[in-house]
Amino acid sequence: AGSSSLAAVRHVLLVLSGKGGVGKSTLSTELALALRHVGKKVGILDVDLCGPSIPRMFKVQDSDVHQCDSGWVPVFVDQEKSISLMSIGFLLEKPDDAVVWRGPKKNALIKQFVTDVAWGELDFLIVDTPPGTSDEHISTVEALRPYKPLGAILVTTPQAVSVGDVRRELTFCKKTGLRVLGIVENMSGFVCPHCSECTNIFSKGGGEELAKHAGVPFLGSVPLDPQLSRSLEEGRDFIQEFPKSSAFPALTRIAQQILDGASQRSS
Amino acid sequence: DCPGTSSAQAGRAAACQGCPNQRLCAAGGAAADPAEAAELRERLRGVKHTVLVLSGKGGVGKSTFSALLAHGLAADESKQVALLDIDICGPSIPKMMGLEGEQVHQSGSGWSPVYVEENLGVMSVGFLLSSPDDAVIWRGPKKNGLIKQFLRDVDWGEVDYLIVDTPPGTSDEHLSIVQYLSASHIDGAVIITTPQEVSLQDVRKEINFCHKVKLPIIGVVENMSGFICPKCKKESQIFPPTTGGAEKMCQNLNVTLLGKVPLDPQIGKSCDRGQCFLSEAPESPATSSYRNIIQRIQEYCDLHHFQEEKII
Repeated sequence: AGSSSLAAVRHVLLVLSGKGGVGKSTLSTELALALRHVGKKVGILDVDLCGPSIPRMFKVQDSDVHQCDSGWVPVFVDQEKSISLMSIGFLLEKPDDAVVWRGPKKNALIKQFVTDVAWGELDFLIVDTPPGTSDEHISTVEALRPYKPLGAILVTTPQAVSVGDVRRELTFCKKTGLRVLGIVENMSGFVCPHCSECTNIFSKGGGEELAKHAGVPFLGSVPLDPQLSRSLEEGRDFIQEFPKSSAFPALTRIAQQILDGASQRSS
Repeated sequence: DCPGTSSAQAGRAAACQGCPNQRLCAAGGAAADPAEAAELRERLRGVKHTVLVLSGKGGVGKSTFSALLAHGLAADESKQVALLDIDICGPSIPKMMGLEGEQVHQSGSGWSPVYVEENLGVMSVGFLLSSPDDAVIWRGPKKNGLIKQFLRDVDWGEVDYLIVDTPPGTSDEHLSIVQYLSASHIDGAVIITTPQEVSLQDVRKEINFCHKVKLPIIGVVENMSGFICPKCKKESQIFPPTTGGAEKMCQNLNVTLLGKVPLDPQIGKSCDRGQCFLSEAPESPATSSYRNIIQRIQEYCDLHHFQEEKII
């Protein structure tokens, strides 16, 4: 255990948003699946201690975490061990148990999650976070600092109320010296499956405008896709099973940009 | 033996002496101090009903609901309504109420809430920030301190309904508001969810939180419940209730389902523009859902008040 747990991880990236419910866990999951598709080994560290969504999105919510000599063993979602996960969701006795902790106790567990998990060799470690700019975020960034993260992807939905919170998250990144890889605008339009009419349920364009205004890359818009929602509910591999679905092109494009950015940095 | 970091005795019990976390726990422990509790009770004496709007899950519509609940209750001009936003990191309420850019004024009797209408006052950390890019990057104890100030230093006056909008989760803000308001009283919590299991799994935790801290649950609202295409009028389940939605969860946990609200693109638009959706789209099915739910909450509060009077 100790500081060597991330030694064999090539790239660390965070998924952030000032706003809740915009699709951070969804993006973390789909990014991991897309990267696996092109042969990468990926880990997801879920530091949302109050609302851990990642285990269910891979249908491993009933798994347990074991210890080994080098620390906690992450949960593998497949036989090939190409995606591994760590989440407080695996540590709860009952799935409905509320984790009612104040900041200090949360900080302690997050530090352990960063230093005591035996990730082994990974191409990417994706860190999924809860919304906000508080204990979890401060502690996670501090703990990851020695490993020089690639940067952060910020997720928003198009409306002003979301963008307003994500502006603050951009400030958080600036203040903590975290590079912004880009902004993703999620839930960007809904195409009715019956008549193909597109409705902008949560407005449109706010994420792209924010990226322009803040001078950071715009990674793309992902539409509302009931097949994607259903896929996550059932812990399925959306990238593998629904290549013709409306969210597929945007998600794979985002993954490609991350890959390009990572290989640029490596060279 | 450690009393538990979330206990009212955190940091103050005999067993805490010498524990390296003692100072941290004590800083978070709220109105365990009887003098503080008395001060808060005095300040909140004029508040008749308090409703907390909670969710384990982010982005399900807590702030939207809080704003519309406040507007709905304030439609009766004889009622005084207060809306307190304790989401310190992501304060959405000022924008939704059309109060972006407003600042808080001090008077002899404390901080003055920002008034939307004569009978509807609002307080949020948003009013204390000078730029929309300002981030509040605070750890728990500092957030707790501000929440205490909101309750102690704001001159709320005589209020019929105090609505408290919260951030997602079960952490500092939630523990603190329950602890501080125990000096006064809370009628109950309204819990917001969307239909999918990803939300419900967090909301079940929130329901457990309420049981743990003995907070009565007024009921659950299922938001974003279906979408009717404006062109072909056919319904789509964008957030599918794969495990039975809020209805099944409420049945299983013996909690009231207050109602279901469908998706309506006008809701987001109104919120972004700081307008009241209920007034902008009176014919929308979402509006009638909201109005029914608001009425049920009002009835719950009236009954609660009546029962308290009976006890006296």
